[in-house]
Amino acid sequence: MTLLNIESFYLVVGVILALIAVRIALDASHPSRWGASVFWGLFAATFLLGKRVSPLLIGYLLLAMVLLAALQQVKKSNEVSTPKSERLASAARLGFRVFLPALLIPLVVVLGSLLFRFLEVGRFRLASAADATLVALGTAGLVALAAAIFVTRAPASAAVKEGSRLLQMIGWPLILPQMLAALGGIFAKAGVGDVVARIVGNALPTQIPFVAVAAYCGGMAIFTIIMGNAFAAFAVITGGIGLPLIVQQHGGNPAIMAALGMLAGYCGTLCTPMAANFNLVPAMLLELDDHHAVIKAQLPFAGIIFLFNVAMMWLLVFRF
Amino acid sequence: MNFVVFLAAAAEPASDLHPLLKLTGILVVAVGFALRVNTLLVVMLAGIVTGLISGMSFHEVIALFGTFFVENRYMSLAVILTVPVIGLLERYGLQERAEYLVRRQGGATAGRVLLLYQAMREITIALGIPIGGHAGMVRPLVAPMAEGAAAAQGELDPKSRAEIRAHAAAAENVGNFFAEDIFIGVGAILLMKGFFDTVGMNVGVWDMALWGFPTALAAFGIGWWRYRALDQRIHARQRTAAAPGGEGHDATQH
Repeated sequence: MTLLNIESFYLVVGVILALIAVRIALDASHPSRWGASVFWGLFAATFLLGKRVSPLLIGYLLLAMVLLAALQQVKKSNEVSTPKSERLASAARLGFRVFLPALLIPLVVVLGSLLFRFLEVGRFRLASAADATLVALGTAGLVALAAAIFVTRAPASAAVKEGSRLLQMIGWPLILPQMLAALGGIFAKAGVGDVVARIVGNALPTQIPFVAVAAYCGGMAIFTIIMGNAFAAFAVITGGIGLPLIVQQHGGNPAIMAALGMLAGYCGTLCTPMAANFNLVPAMLLELDDHHAVIKAQLPFAGIIFLFNVAMMWLLVFRF
Repeated sequence: MNFVVFLAAAAEPASDLHPLLKLTGILVVAVGFALRVNTLLVVMLAGIVTGLISGMSFHEVIALFGTFFVENRYMSLAVILTVPVIGLLERYGLQERAEYLVRRQGGATAGRVLLLYQAMREITIALGIPIGGHAGMVRPLVAPMAEGAAAAQGELDPKSRAEIRAHAAAAENVGNFFAEDIFIGVGAILLMKGFFDTVGMNVGVWDMALWGFPTALAAFGIGWWRYRALDQRIHARQRTAAAPGGEGHDATQH
């Protein structure tokens, strides 16, 4: 029997989101009081109800959330944090201690994902191996929150207030990663990837080894740009382009092809708004006016690493 | 939009049109992004269009959205559970303290802070240690340190501040992605192994590790170049702003 599983942390997340919905409903000065409150409340419901209700119901809740966001009914609150002078004063008062809770997060994540699965007494174990990393992540958040309240001596309501302020600053893009994962799932079910793989394979003179390598890496990058996820691209493009052309036709090494092919896919991840959790959510989190500023900063990285990676695959894959 | 044009051009030799219709969803995404329609709406429409064209009913598509959304709840876990801690600490001066620490270090620049972070991220992830994150590290620590380092050398205009932040997020992503394949304990290698298993090929995890090493080094080298270029842009702006007369200052502001 496991004491902690990921579902318990989903309930915690659901409660946090529900508290945001309540705060907004009570805030008469909120620029989109009822729309935003319903949006966060429905998001909370997807965490609290989760697998207990039919997916169709969740799907309709999502449709409602999407419409609220599209009709610009999900704005952020007017709440402001404490003034800079006050923050400077407490920074000076707390000194290095203000870092400790923040540093606890990676520490607990690392220790937890390595050790939690081994902690067991009799029939009880702390977490299953499959869940260990996510359980460690959730534990880290809660442990760090307790430490932060201890160090700052802030009331727990301050944590709710500041959490609410920051999550509202991210706003509706917060659900984009999950929505895009769903879109990726639907694309995969419809067989979109096979069509893309076939087009790339047919359109290029892949009897030339270099072209086969370029087509595979390009296919990985393009399909990752479409799906926002190199892992989703990998099976489709490796099955559709990599194996038949590089391995079977030209006798390339499958291990080298796979390792470098995945990296070509990551170059695509750097370029696409579809990878919202890497590219859009950080832009909101860092309060950048240009939502694509992170992608723009990453384009030179993506382009050069991609070319280098194609060259490496071409040099290595047929030789070893 | 470019890739759609490319797909349309490349598709001409194919005789049957039906499979191509499955790509309509991609077109919806491309057009939606180009017209700056709300991204959530674009994503949902693309899913519905793709599902309907592939023969699913409307309810089936909506239910699929529900299923996948619930299955992928883990994606939002880290941000939602980290943000209250970070928000609370920010209220008590976390960012200000991070800035202060780096200001005391002589020779620190925004670019050097970011290069150091990317290097740390690459080394730890290569060893299978997941330290980092946009909510847990970049917003509370890395970005303020980089901004603090740049601000210690002169007035920092909003444009430079935004560029530093965007590059801080880039350092996190690049550091996270390109050193990952070096070690076998990481998800990507296990996913590749799983793929080869399902197609009946015997490829060991150690066969795949280490080949990514040159690319990881290249990512670091490009980081060194990009962050140095960032420093130079900031310096140039700071010099113009500090120039007598003050006209230069206006030029960087607008």
